Amino acid sequence: MCGIAGLIHRGKSSNVGSELQGMLQALKHRGEDSTGYALYGDTDGKNFIMRFKVGENVGEGSSSIMEDVSVYDERKKIVDQTLSEMGAKVVKEERTLPYSLRYEIDYDTKDLLDFSQRIESIPSVEILSMGKSLEVIKDLGNAKMVCDRYSLDKVVGTHAIGHARMATESGVDIKSAHPFWGYPFSDVSVVHNGQLTNYWNNRRVLENKGMRFMSECDSELIAVYIAEKMRHGATLEEGMKESLTGLDGVFTYFVATKDSLGMAKDTMAAKPLVLYESDDLVAMGSEEIAIRSVLPQEIDTYDPFDGEVKVWQI
Amino acid sequence: MANLKTVSKKSKAQSMGMHTEVLTGRTQQKFFNPDEAENFYYFGTYDVDFNKRTELDVKDMTAPEANKEIDNLMSQGYGTIVIKNPQGKHSLGVGILNKLNLIFEGSLGYFGMGSCDGPIVRINGRVGWSCAENLMAGKVVIEKNAGSCFGAAIRGGDLICKGSVGARTGIDMKGGTIIIGGDAGAFTGFMMQRGRIIILGDVGINLGDSMYDGTIFVGGEIGSYGSDAVDSELTSSDQDWLKRKLKVAEIGENFNVSKMKKIVAGKKLWNYDNLEPTEKKGAI
Repeated sequence: MCGIAGLIHRGKSSNVGSELQGMLQALKHRGEDSTGYALYGDTDGKNFIMRFKVGENVGEGSSSIMEDVSVYDERKKIVDQTLSEMGAKVVKEERTLPYSLRYEIDYDTKDLLDFSQRIESIPSVEILSMGKSLEVIKDLGNAKMVCDRYSLDKVVGTHAIGHARMATESGVDIKSAHPFWGYPFSDVSVVHNGQLTNYWNNRRVLENKGMRFMSECDSELIAVYIAEKMRHGATLEEGMKESLTGLDGVFTYFVATKDSLGMAKDTMAAKPLVLYESDDLVAMGSEEIAIRSVLPQEIDTYDPFDGEVKVWQI
Repeated sequence: MANLKTVSKKSKAQSMGMHTEVLTGRTQQKFFNPDEAENFYYFGTYDVDFNKRTELDVKDMTAPEANKEIDNLMSQGYGTIVIKNPQGKHSLGVGILNKLNLIFEGSLGYFGMGSCDGPIVRINGRVGWSCAENLMAGKVVIEKNAGSCFGAAIRGGDLICKGSVGARTGIDMKGGTIIIGGDAGAFTGFMMQRGRIIILGDVGINLGDSMYDGTIFVGGEIGSYGSDAVDSELTSSDQDWLKRKLKVAEIGENFNVSKMKKIVAGKKLWNYDNLEPTEKKGAI
């Protein structure tokens, strides 16, 4: 199953961490193997925020292994050294969990491809997100557990998307959890509910074009697919519209960028989505109860139709 | 194996245009006889008084708790129950086999009013997926929009959505009437076997895909026809029936039904005959 939720405040900021936690917790019956947040917080926009992991939190079916903390420490040292060699200055460092880190980095570049490739060339190191506003936080457990573990309830920002996962196609671990970063694009993230049936065909094509996959989760394909389209000049909305025919299977997915939030629904309309739209807020989720957690009053909601793509700006 | 064939002698229902075919063979068509009404009852149903009214706030209840409380109120003879604060909860109002006036002041989540037989329900909000699935009889009116699989597999009753509905409305329906005031999504009437769907607005792709029987009326544009869904002539009795239904449903009373399109099964796909696969191959 899996559940997805997202919201965007237009013209103002709000406590998106807490709001998304409520929405995802309302969907926990759709899966609580792992939960992920992509939060677009209020920042000064000067530094990059890099969320990355140096090890795994391993659950059922994962191909990863549990490792000693000393191994994580060694990998962190290599990351620090690599950043230093690239001239990237770590302004602020947080280590919420032994395997999960958050760096604020003073680094002047528009091309994150080389940067990301060098960091991820370190074994078992994966960048979860990179951007000036985006932070992807994902781990095993339901929305409240992850929120509490990473203290996300106080995050203030404009928009957010999230995912409550029931693992079906790949293992229970962080690397297979959503959201996926739209590598190597700054501030792009994706969550997905559904199944893609032409995953391997598309993956082979995209890998031959130099795109990178970190997991065997079919949902990662959406992030990579759209990133590749944007790399060749397509807008977010154009990339999403192309995905309706380029991706086969059943899906509803959200994509977020620094200043926008989009949704797409496959042509079979096989996966659910309920949407609330007003001048100052758009909230959507796999089920209406997710929206009700932020808007308990009586509101008008609707199901987007098959093959529908919508994008909203902050 | 049941066969469908047209017969010259028509029952009252057939002469009114309610049924166009008769089942023969091992499966036989049976109609409810009002004279025998007293002999029909469900275990666990109650005599209720429609004038006895109460309210139930389900804000802090789970769906099973709310449904049990509705049952409890019916056992006390309440015939009109107003549900406050449903707040999108799933599976509210399921399995009611009673005559009852049920009013929801708000929206329902998935599977609302599933497997019901008899109640008159008004939902002053929206409903999620699979509303009124397997409805046997009664009337369910939704004031706003509805999700996908609206009226899946219903066998009777009237299911009315004044707004728009998602995909696969009336999937596998076996009777009854579904009326949509707005637009409907893809695969409307997918594999429907009997009954009628009325859509006043536009409808998405693959309308009536693989339908066995039944009728779909569309007032707006059709995205595309599904396999074996074909146009049919809109007769004057169709128009009379549509006018009556829309009036009773309090929806589109002034709608110009003469412009509606009528879609039925082409009956090229169905498998009601007794041909063996090899014979069928020869026939094709």
